Amino acid sequence: MHMFGDPATWLPVTFAGLMGLSILIYVVLDGFDLGVGVLFPMADAKEKDRMIASIGPFWDANETWLVMAIGLLLVAFPAAHGTILTALYLPVAIMLIGLILRGVAFEFRAKAPAPRKELWNRLFFAGSLVTALAQGFMLGLYIMGLEFTLLTIAFGILTALCLTVGFGFIGATWLIIKTDGQLQQKAVGWARQGLVGIIVGLAAVSLATPFVSQRILDKWFSVPEFLILAPLPLMSILFVVVLWISLRHLPDTHDRWSWVPFAATSALFVLAFAGLAYSFYPYVVPEKLTIYEAASAPESLFIILLGTLFVLPIIIGYSALSYTVFRGKATELRYD
Amino acid sequence: MIDTLLLSRIQFGANISFHILFPTITIALGWVLLFFKLRFSATGEERWMEAYRFWVKVFALSFAMGVVSGITMSFQFGTNWPGFMGTVGNIAGPLLAYEILTAFFLEAAFIGIMLFGFSRVPGWLHTLATVLVAFGTTLSAFWILALNSWMHTPVGFEMRDGVAHATDWLAIVFNPSMPYRLSHMLLASGLTVAFLLAGVSAYRRLIGDEQPATLVTLKTGLVLAALLIPVQIFAGDLHGLNTLQHQPQKIAAMEGNWQTGPNKPLVLFALPDSEARENHYELAIPNGASLILKHSFDGVVPGLDDYVADDGTPLHPPVSAVFWSFRIMVGTGLAMLAISWASLGFAWHRRRGVAGLHKLLLIGLVAMTFSGWLATLAGWYTTEIGRQPWLVQGVLMTRDAIADVPAPMVLATLLTYLATYAALLLAYVGVLFYLARKATEGDRLMPEVSTSITQLKTAE
Repeated sequence: MHMFGDPATWLPVTFAGLMGLSILIYVVLDGFDLGVGVLFPMADAKEKDRMIASIGPFWDANETWLVMAIGLLLVAFPAAHGTILTALYLPVAIMLIGLILRGVAFEFRAKAPAPRKELWNRLFFAGSLVTALAQGFMLGLYIMGLEFTLLTIAFGILTALCLTVGFGFIGATWLIIKTDGQLQQKAVGWARQGLVGIIVGLAAVSLATPFVSQRILDKWFSVPEFLILAPLPLMSILFVVVLWISLRHLPDTHDRWSWVPFAATSALFVLAFAGLAYSFYPYVVPEKLTIYEAASAPESLFIILLGTLFVLPIIIGYSALSYTVFRGKATELRYD
Repeated sequence: MIDTLLLSRIQFGANISFHILFPTITIALGWVLLFFKLRFSATGEERWMEAYRFWVKVFALSFAMGVVSGITMSFQFGTNWPGFMGTVGNIAGPLLAYEILTAFFLEAAFIGIMLFGFSRVPGWLHTLATVLVAFGTTLSAFWILALNSWMHTPVGFEMRDGVAHATDWLAIVFNPSMPYRLSHMLLASGLTVAFLLAGVSAYRRLIGDEQPATLVTLKTGLVLAALLIPVQIFAGDLHGLNTLQHQPQKIAAMEGNWQTGPNKPLVLFALPDSEARENHYELAIPNGASLILKHSFDGVVPGLDDYVADDGTPLHPPVSAVFWSFRIMVGTGLAMLAISWASLGFAWHRRRGVAGLHKLLLIGLVAMTFSGWLATLAGWYTTEIGRQPWLVQGVLMTRDAIADVPAPMVLATLLTYLATYAALLLAYVGVLFYLARKATEGDRLMPEVSTSITQLKTAE
């Protein structure tokens, strides 16, 4: 435990990294399956079945990363867990209701009597939408330091809309990989429309974050930090261009490039996340509580870390197995 | 006045009650599905695979309900009970983390292969996925019951500046009540599934199902029930004796016993009055409680009056809730014993076996379909309300863990959760019996779906 210096320093940093990684994986993975839900009303009945088939085997594992992230917050930074979740009491409750509805709708829409299927389809859409909006709203309020004023709530509404569009966008890029024919064409169209939303969202968060506090402003706009960090926005612009070009040319004849928009969107999510992480470090509750102050006792963190390091590669291994088994274009989900 | 504390308790109670219904099914149903799969591999008889195909749907549905309601739980620690993690986070944290790391991901990754991979992966991998999912659900129960048991019988830690720090992880995980609670819960899961299998199969028999798969699941359910219920009664008795040792005030509330003393009766019926601190309309078997708890007529049974602070505040749980929950659990258990043994005894004496079960017994089994849920919930209410006013016995009071959230806000979320849960529960039970009717009548109920599948197939 003392091998890497003071455990009260390196353990919180490690856990902040693990938590960040979990949130990032969650946002990309559940982002695409929530996004598919957000796009649901724009598809016809048969396309809906195909859309569900494209995420059916994965959504549960994707959502587990949320449990992992919130679990790490809970176990590694218990004081922050309480502060953040109590402040976001209502949006959290709304998100949970959304997650519940969409999660069970997967099953009910396939098993309930045929006339009820449409109801569960609507609930699947509503649940996905509400979840995405609530998560975006919480992101905005978190950036604004968990203060509730007219301005911060307005910003929260903006981030809610942008994250929802972002999820819809990555959902569409996922469908471009997993489908073909008319649905794939539709998905390309959805992605084209969503690209504007992505740009607005990234710009809004990037411009707003530095002005929340002098500290963050200094972190970004001083020499040499500004130059070292320049690749972040530049690469983001590059990936937006890649998206714009690839979406203009898809679907391609041999379906060789259908993975490009999803990969580029994931890369954008990673860059945006890296920017946010840089802004807020070392705070876990913005401007109030650092990761060092909020961390659990080192001996508790250490025993979790041991398990994590042992289990994480295995988790990645069998997640990869699952994505391999269900690779290729989505086909009807059957139990036999 | 209804305050934040009571509302938060009701909300957490509602969430965890709703949640536990589904793991209780998936823990044992996973193993039952494995049994069906292995029987099919061994015999090649189609009826086992038919049974698998029907019950895997129930499993998938229950699993989804468990997952989403479980996510809710992990947030509620923070939204409503920050003091819990603040005080005992160093112990609860790692146990929860290990549940997520070792169990959740395992289940989540392999459930996809188990449900939809039958024709995509080799047979052995599909069987392995079934094993891993079943193992994952059981492992999940192991960690969560280790934590829950620690809250009842905390050991292996020391308090520094009001915060618990772990000193002995083995002692924490295998704390004194853990083996009893885990066995009791796993057996409860087995019984819940046994009666679910028997109840739904009996329903299918009643509406004219003659398929061999229905008979085989009916028989599996009944045999499982008849085997597990005596074991459960024995395990429950051991658990009770363990509780007597570590949480005597809970036993006193379960027995409705106010004064400590020998020759205490076993109270069958009473209305405990916590104002007057006595029972009304008591119907009891003389010396019964002493005999059960101390195994002698003059055994001394602890009484609630020993657990009152000097200023008169009770330090024991609310009596009526614990007293009645316990009786509902035991009553349901006895009904389970009666009907499972009666059914098997009846089948034994007929040449047609379970196919010749009398209609009245079948109706009884249908009525008992969810008896496992009833007993499980009543049991959990007994033990959890029985821990009050403590959240962690002797370490943290429930009222000291509460979040500073305004009561109307908690009320609003509570009502929303309750409405959602009620609707989902109705939908779940409705779909379960709908699936049973559909399986009985073939695909006749859903012609439009089968045509769309045919169309899909031709399109491919």
